[in-house]
Amino acid sequence: MNIVVCVKQVPDTAHLRFDSNDQLAQESLENVMNPFCEYAVETAVRLKEAHEGSKLTAITMGPPQAKEVLKRAIAMGADEAFLLSDEAFTGSDAWSTAFILSEAIKKNLPSTDLILLGQFATDGMSGVTGPALAEFLGFPSMTFCKKAELKSDTILEAHRETERGLEIYEITLPGVICIMKCDYEPRIPSIKGVMKANRTEIPVWDAASLGLSADKVGLKGSPTMVAKTWRKPKKEGGIKVDGSDPQAAVSQLIDFLRQQKVM
Amino acid sequence: MSATMTIDVSEDKWGLTEEQRMIRQMVRDFAVSVVEPKAAHIDKTQEFPVETFKEMAELGLLGIPIPEQYGGAGLDYICYAITVEEIARVCASTALSLAAHTSLVCLPLSNFGNEAQKQKYLTQVASGKVLGAYGLTEPNAGSDAGGTETRAEKKGDKWILNGSKIFITNANYAQIYVATAKTSKEMGTKGISAFIFERNTPGFSLGPKDEKLGMRGSDWGTLIFEDAEIPEENLLGELGQGFKYFMKTLDSGRISIGALGVGIAQGCLDKALQYAKERKQFGRAISEFQAIQFMLADMAVEIEAARHLVYNAARLRDAGMPYGKEASMAKLFASEVASRAANKAVQIHGGYGYTKDFPVERYLRDAKLCEIGEGTSEIQRMVIARHLLQQ
Repeated sequence: MNIVVCVKQVPDTAHLRFDSNDQLAQESLENVMNPFCEYAVETAVRLKEAHEGSKLTAITMGPPQAKEVLKRAIAMGADEAFLLSDEAFTGSDAWSTAFILSEAIKKNLPSTDLILLGQFATDGMSGVTGPALAEFLGFPSMTFCKKAELKSDTILEAHRETERGLEIYEITLPGVICIMKCDYEPRIPSIKGVMKANRTEIPVWDAASLGLSADKVGLKGSPTMVAKTWRKPKKEGGIKVDGSDPQAAVSQLIDFLRQQKVM
Repeated sequence: MSATMTIDVSEDKWGLTEEQRMIRQMVRDFAVSVVEPKAAHIDKTQEFPVETFKEMAELGLLGIPIPEQYGGAGLDYICYAITVEEIARVCASTALSLAAHTSLVCLPLSNFGNEAQKQKYLTQVASGKVLGAYGLTEPNAGSDAGGTETRAEKKGDKWILNGSKIFITNANYAQIYVATAKTSKEMGTKGISAFIFERNTPGFSLGPKDEKLGMRGSDWGTLIFEDAEIPEENLLGELGQGFKYFMKTLDSGRISIGALGVGIAQGCLDKALQYAKERKQFGRAISEFQAIQFMLADMAVEIEAARHLVYNAARLRDAGMPYGKEASMAKLFASEVASRAANKAVQIHGGYGYTKDFPVERYLRDAKLCEIGEGTSEIQRMVIARHLLQQ
């Protein structure tokens, strides 16, 4: 079983701060593996461990420092990792990213049986890279998965959590699954894992090595563009109704709701 | 990772390698997610965190500076110091037990044990299969370790030990022990030898547990020898070299106690910074008052200096250079920095700092141990002065 997990490096939202001009404070920028990708890696490692002889490959697309998340994936249990990095890839939207990932997998990892991704990345939150990747590859895909189990070499049982409740499907491989928060936590790498990650060479695949022309990738290859970004205005403080006199409180509440034209 | 991690120990400025930085991040993740949530509980109950140690064994944290062939990670002493520091930053008790196991049991076995002893005992402790404890201190031999009264007499193919060891970290949870005993009455410190023995050694028992001021989650106890029978092959190294071995062992151990002090002090600064920014008095955060800022600044300067001393001693050790004086300097300074930082952290927290609702009072109690264990501050000053006067 050849498993690929696609991971993404994102800014650590726990440390992000904005300056007085509502701009991102650069010194607060720390990069981490997207939390949903951590669950994808954990799920992939569990599948690998349960299916002897499997190989787990981690890939990411990003600048040179994105190697950090690949090292984390190796430390957690991936066998090898590749970085997709090229100036030409800059500005890729979900479509273009999925296209580049699909070309890399077709060209360099053609015998892939299963691909896992995080359901969302905490920076873009589009949630479409996984399904788009599946479309480019012609594979079936399953989103919002929180558990996956191999039933045979070609059948994967995926548990989806949706607003309708838990749904269990079987997916015929090769296929793509997108992982959200699971019932288990991503493992903390062991010392041996960290040492392996540090000593494993991570090759870089650029546009030329993948045979991709510049107009198919990056900004040029992206059908969507970001028109504007802004910070959500802060909520104004509400009013507190003193409940010691219920009748007065109700009157005050009704007056307020009328003023707001709710009633 | 955590809201309590308000400042980052900026990695590059310490000249750490990528591997050392990765180890720090990994240990920090473990410390915050596994160790910190149990810290207040084990302090309150004096309960040894058995499960945490099982997890540390699985992650490979219990034999960091020991060669891989003997079950360790084969990493350098900086990685080990970083590990102790990051764990102490959230729970000094857990870090102390880890340090005692590694510095005082794994290292002497690795440095002075023969191949058979390494295969039989070191592989078990370095891999974390079992915990180790080290017995040097006695009721009448504390700072004066040369005053060891526990006796060992050779009878047939066994050494028979009589005496006791007190204040022994990990005593009640260890399976493998290393301890000193007098093998000759006449030869002074050259009449002291070191022995390896197992928990089930006939004639060996454990005494009652004492209540401690701090480091309450780290086990300690009394080792009692009443005609304890230790096989002759369990003599560690050469006869009469035990005192020398343990002085060397303590040199290494002092670096880890220095790292423990740095971790405690850093934890205090983390908590004090967070509290100072959140606590409002006179209509503003107390971090806006110069009196608080000066305390925070003093803490940060001292922590930085202490960390440099600890890493410097570790680097000298890794380079195979003499490091005894530097290890004592690091241990002395970092221990006293830990106590001062904990005092300031309690002061910044005011009345809340004096309660058990905030962790800084625990840090204050824990810090005191660093000034006493593995050589008091006074002994460190003697060691440093001895080095100076020999030069």
